[in-house]
Parts: sequence; C-alpha cells; structure tokens
Amino acid sequence: MYNKGTIIPGLVIFVLLVTSPIWLNGLKAATPPKPELPPGGEKKCVMPKEYMRDNHMKLLDDWRDSVLRDEERVLVTVEGKTYRKGLQMACMQCHSNKEKFCDTCHTYADVNPYCWDCHLTPKEAASKEDTH
Amino acid sequence: MDKQRRNFLKIASVTALAGIGAPALIRLSSTAALASEHAAAANPVAKPAKGAHGEAASTGIRLGMVIDMRKFVDDPKLLDKAINACNLVHNIPQIDNRKSEIKWIWKAPFENVFPEQSQSHSAHNVENFPFAVLCNHCDDPPCVRACPTQATFKVKGNGIIAMDFHRCIGCRFCMAACPYGARSFNWEDPRPYIKKYNPDFPSRMRGVVEKCNFCGERLALGQEPACVEACKGTGALIFGDLNDARSEIRQVLDKEFTIQRNASLGTKPSVFYIV
Repeated sequence: MYNKGTIIPGLVIFVLLVTSPIWLNGLKAATPPKPELPPGGEKKCVMPKEYMRDNHMKLLDDWRDSVLRDEERVLVTVEGKTYRKGLQMACMQCHSNKEKFCDTCHTYADVNPYCWDCHLTPKEAASKEDTH
Repeated sequence: MDKQRRNFLKIASVTALAGIGAPALIRLSSTAALASEHAAAANPVAKPAKGAHGEAASTGIRLGMVIDMRKFVDDPKLLDKAINACNLVHNIPQIDNRKSEIKWIWKAPFENVFPEQSQSHSAHNVENFPFAVLCNHCDDPPCVRACPTQATFKVKGNGIIAMDFHRCIGCRFCMAACPYGARSFNWEDPRPYIKKYNPDFPSRMRGVVEKCNFCGERLALGQEPACVEACKGTGALIFGDLNDARSEIRQVLDKEFTIQRNASLGTKPSVFYIV
C-alpha cells in the first residue's frame, strides 16, 4: 500500500469525527419526558392511555371536524363528569398545565404544534380574566 | 407483403364501409340509454317551494335574525351592550385603527348599510342613528364559493355560515366576495388587543379572517346568541328559524315590513331590518 502512513491515521480521524456525537453523549439517551398527571387527580381519560399517547393529535382533529363541520358538539362523559368536546374545554380541564403536560413531550420530540397560536392555555386565559 | 392492386382495393373498401357504418352502429346500440334520458326529461322531479325572486328557498332549519331599529333608537345604549357582549364572548380584539379593526357586529350609518335605498328626505331616525350590522348568513353565500380551502362553509343543520379558523390561509378571497363587508382580517396578532379572555373560546392568530358565527357554540349549549341575550326583553333582536312558520321570527316577519341588505344581489340574506 502506498502512503500507508497518511491514509490510516486519516481514516481513523475521519471515523472518530463522524461518530463523535456517540462518544460525546456518552452512549446515553436524554432522559425521557415525564408529563404531569392531572393535578386534580383524575385517573381516566376519554380514551385509554396507550391510544392517547399515539393518537391524541388525530383525536383532536376528529373532534375539530365534528364540532365545526358536523355540529356534533356532543358532551364527553368520563367517570360521571361531562366535558364539552375541545382542547380548551375538555383536555385542559384536567391537564391544566400546558407547560408541564403538552410541552414536556413536544419539546423532547422537537415538534411544534400551533394549537396555542389561537387556543388559550388556562394560564393565558387567567391572565386576562373574564368577569361576565 | 402482398402488394397486389386487387387486395389493396378489397381492404380499402372494407375499411371505408366500416368507417361509414360505425356511427350508425353506435347509435343503434345506445338507443336504450337515450330512451331512459327522454323518460327522465318527460317526468322532472317536483320543483321545491318558491323563495324570493322566484328562486328555490332552502329547506330545513335556517337561522336568521330580525333587527328592530326602532328599539335601538328608543334605547341608544342597547346596541353598545349587544356589541360588547359579542366582543367579550368571542375574544374580539379592540384595535383602534380602521384598517386592522375586527368586527363581528358593529355600527354603521344607514347610507352605508343600505346604499341602494333612496337617501333624500330620510326620516330623522334613519339619518341620525347608527345601524347594527353583522354577517347576513346568506342562503346563497358568495364567500363560501370564493373560499379555496373550504375554511368557510354553510352548516348543513342550521344554515349558519361558519368558519374553520384552522383551515383559513388568509387569502381574503371571501372578503372580496362578501358584498356586506362582514369579514375582518387579522393584520396583526390580536392577543395584545383583547381586554378580557373568555376561556371557552379561542382567540385568532395573525393572517386569519373572522366574522360573526351566530354564536354556534352557544346555540349548541341551548343558549341564545350573545347579542340577542344582551337585548333580552326589548325585542330589538329576534332570532330563530326562518323556515319554521310558527317561530317568533316568522310571526314578526309576517306582521312587519322588513328590508334586507342589497337583496337584489340574490345572496338571500338571513338578517332582516325593521327601520
């Protein structure tokens, strides 16, 4: 092999550079997020936990279409308590802290849903309290 | 290949015959389909009931409103009350700028509301008092036809012209299409201009068109529209089903002379005025 002295160290440096993120992070994944459970102590969601983990965005889309397009603003009853269909009206009644619930996973997964451009978080809504 | 003149002439004549005969064959084989068409033309479906200007009126629930301006003249503060109620319920920003302002129900002078009406020698009340204006929830809405994303649409169950803010791309075609100026565009983030939040309703974002929704979200809960509730007991705003002959609104329409905004356009507005 010609130029053995430069090629082999060069290859070693290249491989080290390419794999550097693995070595620098010490082969450890970031700590998985722990979204806050409802502060009110509610145990049951509108759907099973596993379904909500995978499909909450689809459920919200379906709710949006049924409420706005089909005028099916039916109430959702969970454990005797009724909620109006909707992010602000149902979800946030139990998961009242958007920062500790929604954001934990969304930040971890680096997704940026634009729900809150229009919808009001309980915190935001309370900042200009409605008096009527 | 055989290049004899005899064979060429044979093939050519058969081809020509087939070409001439084909249309006749097609006509023969399709006579059955044509016959059924003739039958359908002979027995047309019964025509629906007639509406204004001889056009078909919609069937099913069609929500509408009568605005009795006499009542607003009697109590000049009533209209402000109705407008404020709407602003609070729908998180409407109060922007003090003609270009950016957001209006669901608002005040306008008679000559702007009814530009096609005669302006000479108008009654004192008509000249001096602002009229209440809101989306007409037309039976034949031009905004819905203009919307490229179906963000604005007619609700099948009640005839309300509703908006799905999620789908609005802010092209403002609907604003150009609406002959009544009932739509507003969010030129800037509306949140800093909202005085008080109603936690049951969202705000909007920059780049979205909005308008009166006849309080669809309140109707679902069995409540009246916010403006109607604010005028409760005065009879200034009468809300109900235009297609129900026994409804309060129909009783009023049967009794009083009412006008619609620019009815000649054929949009069939659902908002009626008693001047």
